[in-house]
Amino acid sequence: MFLYLVKRLGLGALIIVVAVVMLYGMIHAVPGDPASIILGPKATPELRAALHARMGLDDPFPVQVARFLANVLRGDLGTDVFSDRPVAEMVFDQLPHTLALIVTAIVWAMALGIPLGCYSALHRNTAIDRITGVLSVGCIAIPSFLVALYALLVFAVGLRWLPAIGAGEPGDLASQARHLVLPAFAVGLGWVGYIARLVRASMLETLGENHVRTARAFGLPERVVITRYVLRIAILPTITVIGIGIGYLLSSAVFIEVVFARPGIGKLIIDSVTTRNYPIVMGSVLVSTVLFVVSTTLSDLVNALLDPRIRSGL
Amino acid sequence: MSAPLLAIEGLGVDFRTPRGRLRALRRIDLAVPAGAVVGVVGESGCGKSTLITAVIRLLAANAEVREGRIVFDGRDLLTLSEGAMRALRGDRMAMVFQDPMTTLNPVLTIGTQMIDIQYRLREGRDEKRRRAAAMLARVGIAEAERRLDQYPHEFSGGMRQRIGIAMALMAEPALLLADEPTTALDATLEVQVIHLLRALQRDFGCAILFVSHHLGVIAELCDRVVVMYAGEVVEEGSVRAVFRTPRHPYTERLIECDPARITRRTRTLPTIPGEIPDLVAPPPGCIFVERCHRAIARCREEAPVLRGAGHRTACHLVGP
Amino acid sequence: MTTAAAERGRVAAGLRDGLARLVREPLGLAGLVIVAVIVASAVLADLVVPYDPIAINVRERIEAPSLAHPLGTDQLGRDTLSRVIMGGRVALHVALVSIGSALAVGLVLGMIAGFGPRWLDNALILGFDTVRSFPTVMFALAVVALVGPSLNTVILVIVVTSIPIYARVVRTQTLSLKGREFILAERAMGASGARILTLHVLPNVIGPLLILASMDIPGVIAFEAGLSFLGLGVKPPTPSWGSILNDGLALIRNTPG
Repeated sequence: MFLYLVKRLGLGALIIVVAVVMLYGMIHAVPGDPASIILGPKATPELRAALHARMGLDDPFPVQVARFLANVLRGDLGTDVFSDRPVAEMVFDQLPHTLALIVTAIVWAMALGIPLGCYSALHRNTAIDRITGVLSVGCIAIPSFLVALYALLVFAVGLRWLPAIGAGEPGDLASQARHLVLPAFAVGLGWVGYIARLVRASMLETLGENHVRTARAFGLPERVVITRYVLRIAILPTITVIGIGIGYLLSSAVFIEVVFARPGIGKLIIDSVTTRNYPIVMGSVLVSTVLFVVSTTLSDLVNALLDPRIRSGL
Repeated sequence: MSAPLLAIEGLGVDFRTPRGRLRALRRIDLAVPAGAVVGVVGESGCGKSTLITAVIRLLAANAEVREGRIVFDGRDLLTLSEGAMRALRGDRMAMVFQDPMTTLNPVLTIGTQMIDIQYRLREGRDEKRRRAAAMLARVGIAEAERRLDQYPHEFSGGMRQRIGIAMALMAEPALLLADEPTTALDATLEVQVIHLLRALQRDFGCAILFVSHHLGVIAELCDRVVVMYAGEVVEEGSVRAVFRTPRHPYTERLIECDPARITRRTRTLPTIPGEIPDLVAPPPGCIFVERCHRAIARCREEAPVLRGAGHRTACHLVGP
Repeated sequence: MTTAAAERGRVAAGLRDGLARLVREPLGLAGLVIVAVIVASAVLADLVVPYDPIAINVRERIEAPSLAHPLGTDQLGRDTLSRVIMGGRVALHVALVSIGSALAVGLVLGMIAGFGPRWLDNALILGFDTVRSFPTVMFALAVVALVGPSLNTVILVIVVTSIPIYARVVRTQTLSLKGREFILAERAMGASGARILTLHVLPNVIGPLLILASMDIPGVIAFEAGLSFLGLGVKPPTPSWGSILNDGLALIRNTPG
């Protein structure tokens, strides 16, 4: 187990390093002076020269990358050229809002999706199974921002049950919760369907396996068979998918934050993209990528915990 | 003579398939006295596995018991509720399966699984664990106590089959159902497992219904043997009688074709020409008529019934 | 019957059988019809649209659905139905071009990774995993921040982020084929790597890949719509399903009350 842990963490760290190199390298891959790109349309020759000196843009590429990597490890993601604030500070200011959104979304998707998938697998081809199936596929197909738009129209604008803009008053948990409802619903809806289908398929496959037959042949109560013997194995692919799903959720968050004018990393990136403010974009993408790598590593480790076969033969 | 522990009377099982109803078992009659070892032998597809799965009532969803009774401990199993049936499984009757590589749950330790199946007992975990370790030692697994905390993939195939046997016999069932437990093992392992089963059966005194296609194993282990062909019982009797003086033409050919009987070097192995008939539409006469070397006209028109006393045969050519 | 003719006959029989099974399943048939209608309307858009999708008609702005305009008009008086039909073109264009390119490159890279030396495989895998760990939209935004928004940027991003997925599948298949005996036999006869790859590995690998690719089409369409929705895809006045939604959002936000 320990060896697997070390290997997996090592791989994760390596990927983050390569990602940093790629993101930084993209500036140089694009035709033009990197300083112009970073400064954007406001670049004057003096500003560009100053930036060259400050960022060491004349040094050979490997030196630049190494320096950037070292900075990143210290928590320095660069400085925003417009406001002179550290990028890291700006990004981490916005991160909690996005995290709240993602966590809420995935939790409600799991809370509804897993039991639904379970029920569908155990009651195959009944009315509920078929209806859930069609609805699931339907929900998966709808892009999250579309759901968000309709939710906005119906619940916020039409019925006025829920707020349409923002994240609520800081410090006021109730208000923040109310502002989370629609966005988390929009982000999570497709995932309810996806998780339900996945759990259903894994469970059906596991139910057909010989060891489940053995458990039944010893008269174990059906409840025990389903939870300890079937679900415990069937849940493994779902855990992997959720780990990867965080990446998709981060992407969805961008759209949702735009639709609901919610603060967060997504909104930060969009605003920065329109002003061609690459350092902030790069910092945000970097943080998101690290988040993604962490979540996939975590889900792999949870899987290894639950399935001893993974630990022994990496 | 007291009533047998298990008595199957006139059992018929169909499978609903897209092509139609597959008549997998027809008019099965067989009895297992308490403490006896009865073998069921036949080629692949003859329905032996279906038979044994029907007894423990774990047939597939598309299976349907069309007729018959399965009397166990004086009760017809086919009329029991699922709850009552579940109470019997792993208690009065237990099963050993064919493929040791897939029979055990891969993500739970052996100890956990062996303790789980003792769920009916009102004892503490430690006591259950002790019993599990003792049973493992009994089937020949060294360092049993330590190995309870290992996972199935850390054991070889032969050892996993022993674990399966240990699990089945731990509850000291009255009837052990064995579905080709040695088919997936190589010859040396097969011999070991058979000897183990024999020893355990002597110690525990349970009855065994042993399904196999290997004649040698049946001869070694069983007291009585039932010969099946294409879903029907064609001959039944003591192992000595059936193997020494087979009466049904199929049994004769089966014994002749056993590779263990070959004394001279040869390039070709003897076989029975022909194939099993289509069970969606079984022929009206004897089921073996297409491949029988002694068929007469009556065999095509009228299906023979199992008759005799002690050594029974279903063949028109065999006198009552 | 020659083997070529027999092979063709088998393929034709397989197709007929597959089609027959599809027709028997009502939901599948319904899906096929719907997709066919939408694709046809996109391809024949020029002939099918009732109005010019970019013709501005300020007098008729923001009308509710009516007989003249079944989906109403937008804030510049353009017929929404026509814009939706035309938007299908953008969607199809993006889907086909990006998935096609990603397939081609992913196929080659995957085969190289699976068949080539170990160090190359490890290097390629690291590259694939890294690209896959960028959340796709974030990556797209980073690229747009550098080169500016356009439809070609969208296509480029889709291609770059799809390649690792296809390449991985191809690599896995290639690896399992590599050990098979018929490949070993080919090598023993002195066949070059390229020949083995094109003649023997490719036909076996392309099946699952095409299935995967076809399942990606809706995702790609949604992605393009998403980016256009953010204003980072098509340039106005070209209609795309996403940009139409963006106009809608702006309308909701700007309407008082």
